[in-house]
Amino acid sequence: MAHASLKINGKAHLIDVDPECPLLYALRDNAGLNNPRFGCGLGQCGACTVLVNQVPVRSCMLPVARAMGKEIVTLEGLGTPEHPHPVQKAFIEAQAFQCGYCLNGWVLATKALLDKHPHPTDDQMASAFEGLICRCGSHAQIAAAVRLAARA
Amino acid sequence: MTSLLASSRRGFLKAGGGLLIGFSLSNSRVVPQLMAAETSANPAPGRLDAWLRVGTDGNIRVFTGKVDIGMGVQTALNQIVADELDVAFERIQLVMGDTSETPDQGGVGGSTSISAGGKPLRNAAATARAMLLQLGSAKLGVEPGQLQVKNGVVSVIGDSSKSVSYAELAGATDLNQALRVTGGGFALNVEGSGKPKDPASYTIVGQSVPRIDLAPKILGRATYSTDVRVAGMLHGRVIRPAGAGASLMSIDESSIKHIPGYIKTITKGNFVGVVAENEWAAIRAAKELKVNWSSPAAAFPGDLYSHMRMAQPKATREQPAKGDAAAALASSAKKVDASYEWPFQAHATMGPGCAVADVRADGVTTVWSGAQKPHALQKGLAEMLGIPEDRMRVIWVEGSGTYGRAGDEDVAADAALLSQAVGKPVRVQWSRADMTGWGGKGPAVIVDLSAGLDAQGQVTGLQLTSRAFSGTEILPQPTSAGNMLAAQLTGTPNTTGGDEYVGWGGDTYAYNFRNVRSVGHIIAPLYVSSSPMRTTHLRDPNGPAGTFAGESFMDELAAEAGVDPIEFRLRHIEDPRAKVALEAVATKAKWQSGASPKRTRQSGNVVSGRGIALALRGGTIVATVALVEVNRTSGEVRVQRLVCAHDCGLIVNPEALRGTIQANLIQSMGRALKEEVTFDRSNVTSLDWNTYPVARWADIPEIEIVLLNHPESAPTGAGEPSSRPTAAAINNAIFDATGVRIRRVPFTPARIKAALA
Repeated sequence: MAHASLKINGKAHLIDVDPECPLLYALRDNAGLNNPRFGCGLGQCGACTVLVNQVPVRSCMLPVARAMGKEIVTLEGLGTPEHPHPVQKAFIEAQAFQCGYCLNGWVLATKALLDKHPHPTDDQMASAFEGLICRCGSHAQIAAAVRLAARA
Repeated sequence: MTSLLASSRRGFLKAGGGLLIGFSLSNSRVVPQLMAAETSANPAPGRLDAWLRVGTDGNIRVFTGKVDIGMGVQTALNQIVADELDVAFERIQLVMGDTSETPDQGGVGGSTSISAGGKPLRNAAATARAMLLQLGSAKLGVEPGQLQVKNGVVSVIGDSSKSVSYAELAGATDLNQALRVTGGGFALNVEGSGKPKDPASYTIVGQSVPRIDLAPKILGRATYSTDVRVAGMLHGRVIRPAGAGASLMSIDESSIKHIPGYIKTITKGNFVGVVAENEWAAIRAAKELKVNWSSPAAAFPGDLYSHMRMAQPKATREQPAKGDAAAALASSAKKVDASYEWPFQAHATMGPGCAVADVRADGVTTVWSGAQKPHALQKGLAEMLGIPEDRMRVIWVEGSGTYGRAGDEDVAADAALLSQAVGKPVRVQWSRADMTGWGGKGPAVIVDLSAGLDAQGQVTGLQLTSRAFSGTEILPQPTSAGNMLAAQLTGTPNTTGGDEYVGWGGDTYAYNFRNVRSVGHIIAPLYVSSSPMRTTHLRDPNGPAGTFAGESFMDELAAEAGVDPIEFRLRHIEDPRAKVALEAVATKAKWQSGASPKRTRQSGNVVSGRGIALALRGGTIVATVALVEVNRTSGEVRVQRLVCAHDCGLIVNPEALRGTIQANLIQSMGRALKEEVTFDRSNVTSLDWNTYPVARWADIPEIEIVLLNHPESAPTGAGEPSSRPTAAAINNAIFDATGVRIRRVPFTPARIKAALA
């Protein structure tokens, strides 16, 4: 075990954790956050997505040691109930998702996509979302939310 | 609007874009738990206060044994109660699936949450309203007939200065009444002194109230079963056998003792689990533990469908015959035969099963679980642990979306065994391989069909013979210990499985054939116990498989008769609502009339076609048109559009319904195009999202939905029906495009390419 200093949603956290432990468990078990969520542990689904220095990253695959000193943003930190991020607003307005267990990936990938391409093409969307799974099949609602967010 | 989430249950507000946005932040509650002095007997349904209590703050607490598996039924149930009581929607506080607090309504299943589950809530609300009106009448000195209710305030018609609120009335008396109880499980109903409203007067039912669960989820403020944390909680993981029928020989605990935070390995029969202080330590321990298993005893077949054809059925069921199908076929102008095959499919829930169990030394137990049937789980877990049912409280907390008996039941049993062994609360979440590999499976099915056509192209008779693994080797209701994988691994046999077969009819087909014979053979499980191939209910059990066969076959008959596929169906249907659904989907899809396959030869490598399929389920009617492109070289099928007409009676929440249908169409499209559980001699080899692919972003078609609302007709259920026709609609479109008939799911490029060669 070692102490790791993590900057999560703008706040510094000193946590006692195995440096090889994936960031996912450090965020959930040490920092007590509910997002991200475990989906596969293999980097195949995106349920564990967080932003590390603005880039969507699979926290199930990233050793906590490699996240030190970087800006980590989780879904909780993207916006607040009082001031939701525009992407969150768009997903709420589109009433996207069925169960929503997968949504860390979709919401944060959309945020990163629109940061880079405010008016994304179909190809840009496809490459942003190709690694994400939604088992419920909410893709049509997600697509509507992304279009709304791009218009906002 | 500056704040989207000003306070808890602020209700729905007008927001940008004309959409209503509303939310609740009710998830930040303190986690309840069974205390030693309490019992966890299920509330008896024969009292009004078991269902509904009016608070002195004007809030209405409503109790239901139903849960929400991600389709938004909690919002719809709240709408039903609010409308019946004439209170604002945001006044309703729904408690779901807590065995100590909610009546046993059989949990979720069969698309009944609104159709059956809403009834007792509606009747309880109507009774509460009638009682409150009586109280208001006494208080105001006016006959009830001269009173009105608006937003929970009773007032004199024409003189609103004379009024009294529900909150005031409720504070003055114990609002209760004995209710007449009928039925049980899904059909549990109660009736009291109040009669429900005429649906024509609904003001909240029928509105697209935003789902109360979605905003907290999207804002990262929701609590799933994976997020339950209780004091002193440890983390567990399970280690499954090396294959079906492998026995535990030995473990070498020294292989993991060095892991910081590791606490203990628990074995009981072939059940193996590890417990650690933190999740990462538990994951490492499960991965690194050296376990010695015997060779698996199972010998799964190399060729599944040959096995199913050769196997001696364990049971055979025949549906009541209509007319004389054999004679009708013998005298037909034309006879058509075809055989269809549907693979094992996996639940593969987005989040692998997860539960927290706290089994105290005195037997007092609390389990937090996303399982669909918490009351049944209470019974099964109590039996497994050997404790009285009323010492066991199961508290439902929303999990990753489940579509049947997925994994939340089995993982709750894992957590309970580990907690009992260490005397502390234990949280277990499965690995992806535990979920996809060892979760229950939807059964493989073969359907053989024969039909005759007369000279006019009308069906004279039909014969169906199916061979299928029972859909219920594991019953969806986990009411017994042996139902649970953990208990099976410890040596408890599963004695409650059922023989669920695939037939013609029931309520699946709208066709008025005069001569029908339908026989279903049930194939014995691939392995007797603790098998990763054990079957359970997966969304619309046997519906997609049976409809893939039946509706592909209808298309074959239409082609043989040289008639347009929709016209052919209409010629065999009497049900006017089924006809309307077919016509509605044809119009929306701009259906090009004509027999399939397309007569004009399509040049180029990519050919397109359209297909229709129709299915009924529990009174709900779904007609789906698929438009596809098939790449003749690669065999790739690209679904361009899915158009669906959906009639489920009265619609409670149109936008939420539309969302559920859209998602169901995509999920069922994935089942048709991609999903197939693969296995070797003793193990499932579909273990992750690469080896068990599902629909993804790149596969998504344009989707259009026609909602056919029937306010005069009670709701009939929408969670499952639209998964039923999708595979056949796609298959019929492939035939329209290529002239080649596919008779096995999934429609993988390799399979299509081989068929086109």
